Amino acid sequence: MTSLTITPGRSRTLKNHVSVAQTVQNSFSMAYRGLLKIRRTPEQLIDVTLQPIIFTLMFSYIFGGAIAGSVADYLPTLIPGILVQTVITTSVVTGVQLREDMDKGVFDRFKSLPIARIAPLAGALLADTVRYAIATTLTFAMGFVLGYRPEGGIGSVVLAGLLVIVCSWAISWIFAFFGVIARSASSVQGISFLVLFPLTFLSNAFVSPDTMPPFLQWFVNINPVSHLVSAVRDLANAGAWTSDAWISLLGAAVIVAIFAPLTVRAYMKKA
Amino acid sequence: MALNNDWAVEAHGLVKVFGDNRAVDGVDLSVRTGTVYGVLGPNGAGKTTTIRMLATLLKPDGGEATIFGHDIRREPQIVRQLIGVTGQYASVDETLSATENLVLFSRLNGLSRADSRRKATELLEEFGLAEAAKRPLKKFSGGMRRRLDLAASLISQPPLIFLDEPTTGLDPRTRSQMWDTIRRLVSTGSTVLLTTQYLDEADQLADRIAVIDRGIVVAEGTADELKSSVGSASLLLKLADAANLERARLAILDVLGVESVLTPEAGRITAPMSDPGTITDLLIRLRAEDIAVAELAVQQPTLDEVFLALTGHGATDEETPSPAADAADPVDPAAPTAPAATELENAR
Repeated sequence: MTSLTITPGRSRTLKNHVSVAQTVQNSFSMAYRGLLKIRRTPEQLIDVTLQPIIFTLMFSYIFGGAIAGSVADYLPTLIPGILVQTVITTSVVTGVQLREDMDKGVFDRFKSLPIARIAPLAGALLADTVRYAIATTLTFAMGFVLGYRPEGGIGSVVLAGLLVIVCSWAISWIFAFFGVIARSASSVQGISFLVLFPLTFLSNAFVSPDTMPPFLQWFVNINPVSHLVSAVRDLANAGAWTSDAWISLLGAAVIVAIFAPLTVRAYMKKA
Repeated sequence: MALNNDWAVEAHGLVKVFGDNRAVDGVDLSVRTGTVYGVLGPNGAGKTTTIRMLATLLKPDGGEATIFGHDIRREPQIVRQLIGVTGQYASVDETLSATENLVLFSRLNGLSRADSRRKATELLEEFGLAEAAKRPLKKFSGGMRRRLDLAASLISQPPLIFLDEPTTGLDPRTRSQMWDTIRRLVSTGSTVLLTTQYLDEADQLADRIAVIDRGIVVAEGTADELKSSVGSASLLLKLADAANLERARLAILDVLGVESVLTPEAGRITAPMSDPGTITDLLIRLRAEDIAVAELAVQQPTLDEVFLALTGHGATDEETPSPAADAADPVDPAAPTAPAATELENAR
């Protein structure tokens, strides 16, 4: 053994609580693990790399002519919409992977270590922002390739991207909650998509709600996803930070305020 | 806590219920600091559940326990600073390399980045994993994984280490390497609480042994005390010519004074023995009767025999637990448990 003697258990002075600084440090260590995992298994990035490319291509060529007259005219509407949809879809994976992860033996070790209880959860969610960033960048890049030139300028586009990432991070708490309470990874995926599809498609992401029946318009207009899409459009296409952006941030804060404690409580119960 | 200063673990009446299955049903354990304590029992007996409660991974439904005087329920965060846990299945991250695993756990233990790297290199060297440091864990053998797992438990040099079936599924050579590692650990002052399905493992390593069955401790004592409660040994005899079986059994009855049993594998006789010295008399008698012996062995009582003696039912009864009992003692389906156990029993 490297050290000859071990400090006896009785003669150690120890604290029974974890400081905020340690919580933050533990969470970053866990996020570092998340990044290492992504680097080791790059195949799990397929969804965030291929989906933006394929969906952007598909939607612009299928709907472009019909909805806006031409592909180029549709892009300013489509790119923000598809960006929001893609990145939010990506956040489902957070819950699925969390479930898979929690079933592994390594989680036993995390639980037996004197670390902040929330760290494995916070770290996983933190690391996933990298995935959102990749999806965001690729969607904008794909739009650019197709001829999309955001009028708002690069600064506004970056800001719009950040807004989407922040909101998706907030939404990922919902799926993290499913991840913690569900029995299997596939059931997480099932429940999550059940929530996700109405939320992303019953919005203004792909078409203007003007042509929809009144009851649907009502839903589309209160759907937080619509506000986020509008906020991104205003930012990217006009460089304007509108009330929709504030509403999106508020919505994100509300989601975190509800689901973070719920998730942590459910997680602790299992831990 | 001033009273019992030398107890590393004290548990009284620990209970854990899963549904209507009382997985652990009032377990008492007292482990003296600086010793190795073995918890012996078949699959589903409640060994893992007991360890998981003591290691703060599971909340007990009843009873209480302290680790170095700290209550596992009221001061879990302190307890976690005093223990290292090595699970039945490797509790390391399969997607990362060995170094990355150890660096991560070091960081989580509060070491700085540079110290974590140094610690990882040091431990990999010590556990003979230096060449495999960068390889992903998926390519690790079972023994290497266990070693890494143990190394990860030692980062903070905890004074108490829980080892849940540290050698289940390992080949005999790796197994004895693991035993050496555990012995070295104890020599540095660690206290070790290990669970095992093998009597000889407990015998080799543990100062005291608790035999656990269906959630309760059915016997406790040193290895010798346990074995003497079972009878000392059994004789195994294989004849060159199966035609002589009956005559050989008569000779055994005559010389040893016991009724022998024909084992299902043709041509084998087993007989309980109290005095190994009488074996010479038996051999002389067999030669006198011109009965050629192909194989002869004197064996220690197996866990199954210990169980039979202590509980009235064999350990193998428990190998196919009810679904509820299965949940009580979670076993990674990928980890070889029951088949490996029989394999090793046979190898002995």
